Amino acid sequence: MADDRRMGLTKEDLKEMYRLMLLARRLDERQWQLNRMGQAPFAIGCRGHEGAQIGISWALKPGRDIVLPYYRDLGVVLRMGMTPKEVMLDFFAKAEGPSSGGRQMPSHYSHPQKGIVTQSSTVATQTLHAAGMAYAAQQLKEDRVFYTSIGEGSASQGEFHEALNWAGVYKLPVLFVVQNNQYAISVPASKQMAVDRVSVRAAGFGLAGVTVDGLKILDVYEAAKEAVERARRGEGATLLEVMVPRLTGHSTDDDPRTYMTQEEMEALKHRDPVGHFASFLKEQGVVGDDELAAIDQEVRKEVDQATDEAQKAADPRPEDLYTRLYATPIEL
Amino acid sequence: MAEKFYVDAVREAMAEEMARDERVVLLGEDVGKRGGVFRASVDLLDQFGERRVIDTPLAEASIAGVAIGMALHGLRPIAEMQFADFSFPGFNQVQSEAGRIHYRSNGGWKVPMVLRMPYGGGPGVHGALYHSQSVEAFYAHIPGLKVVAPAFPYDVKGLLKAAIRDDDPVVFLEHKKCYRAIKQEIPDGDYLVPIGPAEVRREGRHITLYAYGNMLHESLKAAEELSRQGIEATVVDVRTLKPLDKKTIVEAAKATGRVLVVYEDNLTYGAGAEIAAIIADEAFMHLDAPVRRLAGPDVPGIGYASVLEKEFTPDAAKIAAAARELAEF
Repeated sequence: MADDRRMGLTKEDLKEMYRLMLLARRLDERQWQLNRMGQAPFAIGCRGHEGAQIGISWALKPGRDIVLPYYRDLGVVLRMGMTPKEVMLDFFAKAEGPSSGGRQMPSHYSHPQKGIVTQSSTVATQTLHAAGMAYAAQQLKEDRVFYTSIGEGSASQGEFHEALNWAGVYKLPVLFVVQNNQYAISVPASKQMAVDRVSVRAAGFGLAGVTVDGLKILDVYEAAKEAVERARRGEGATLLEVMVPRLTGHSTDDDPRTYMTQEEMEALKHRDPVGHFASFLKEQGVVGDDELAAIDQEVRKEVDQATDEAQKAADPRPEDLYTRLYATPIEL
Repeated sequence: MAEKFYVDAVREAMAEEMARDERVVLLGEDVGKRGGVFRASVDLLDQFGERRVIDTPLAEASIAGVAIGMALHGLRPIAEMQFADFSFPGFNQVQSEAGRIHYRSNGGWKVPMVLRMPYGGGPGVHGALYHSQSVEAFYAHIPGLKVVAPAFPYDVKGLLKAAIRDDDPVVFLEHKKCYRAIKQEIPDGDYLVPIGPAEVRREGRHITLYAYGNMLHESLKAAEELSRQGIEATVVDVRTLKPLDKKTIVEAAKATGRVLVVYEDNLTYGAGAEIAAIIADEAFMHLDAPVRRLAGPDVPGIGYASVLEKEFTPDAAKIAAAARELAEF
């Protein structure tokens, strides 16, 4: 493949994209290991999604654009500038964890300084916040794009459809992303919807809709870039669906063997975006095996260091349960 | 100073705040061209334009959720639920999101929004099961929210302005029977009534009545009648339901030793149950009679027929009867 397959990305861009998706992968693996070792109560992963997440978020401008992610978006928040240490502080529910200071479960990301908006566990609620924030940005005459994401299961929620409707009516600068991994915990996509693709729903709201293979990272990037540019031009929102594998159970509390066949699980392993992207970069002559190994070594070191530092950080104090209930406290 | 209806105080507070601060926007069903089905936002569209007075799609979850997003990004939205009864599709956004965002982000984000909703009913309203509900207990149960339920136009204006300037989500409950029944002289210009403090509306030595919204007016009428019979009642206006002004509530109970908590909502698990519990807990040694509640019965709503409306709703006569019983206890 020639340079025109690189969408104007430099070798350095491509290497950084690879590094970020690998960092997401290794952090994810570490979290699951720590859970299995009994050192953390819960992990919920990005494994299989990280390629598409980097492809999409590479089209965003960290420091300007805002993301309203969902719990699998480790790749997206790393791209926005969250550090591995911050990710692990949240994972261990430490007091200085930026997302919630130990109040929320891990992977419920929040980082106001880095444009990452807090989310709950009731799915798809954040899509309406994205619409409201985008309306506010229009009103304040800001040039910003708002990324928000959900899984294909959450695409069944009414609030998601209401958000698409608002985005259509007001041509809001939102990038709605559905990361379709075909399973909502145990329920297959065929039981969520009667259509093959969530993106077809875009037409019903006057939005652009597109589905891309989440293994083809640069195709994902291209689609996201087009959507972001459309939003910046004031032409409104896009519903971008990426087809991705879920390479683990839903979370550390799930066992996919109770609802997936062995063959199905084996087949998914051939759809690993990190491996695919490494092969692509080699084919393109961007990196060789030595450099890939060096990147991995560097990333593993970073994950080790982040884990060590985070594990040593202070836990919340009992009295922290009571703080920051109100932004304007009332004394009576 | 001019005499204004309750609903005019709502409009005036919004108009003044929108003129003062261009970040304030109003969104809801029919709030624009129609000026609200209760006419609470008449002329605001002409004054502030359709980007700030937004006729929304007919979908309450999005009214609440979009308002939250606006508040997260620098605006100060006033979201109107056309009737409190219709706020429930948006309840998830209020309970899971608005009330928790500041806390769950450890102070990282805040949600300065007001959720206005006409609630309640009673004889002559004919709102039936889905245009008369009292919803305050649902919202007052949610940590992180503030809940306000004024009875007088002066408080409506001052509290609504305070709510708009507050950095937290405030549920602002407007009793629809008061809209065009309650009139009061109110100042033309800017003033605030703080969220939180309750207000003693009348002082008497025999019994203390607690109420808010339209029941406050019924309680004041009952106090007049009781006075003619030699029973002097204190009446406490619990105009903020969250957080509750425990100090005023408890002191007023201690002063008379007999208390009746009045609310229009269904009796069981109502907001008045919390007031009663606080009194039982903190004024116990001063009580001369059981803490009693008078409220709507535990049926799904105020019936449409006049007879059913009257049967459901506590009024001055029922309040006076219950108070007399307590006074004689």
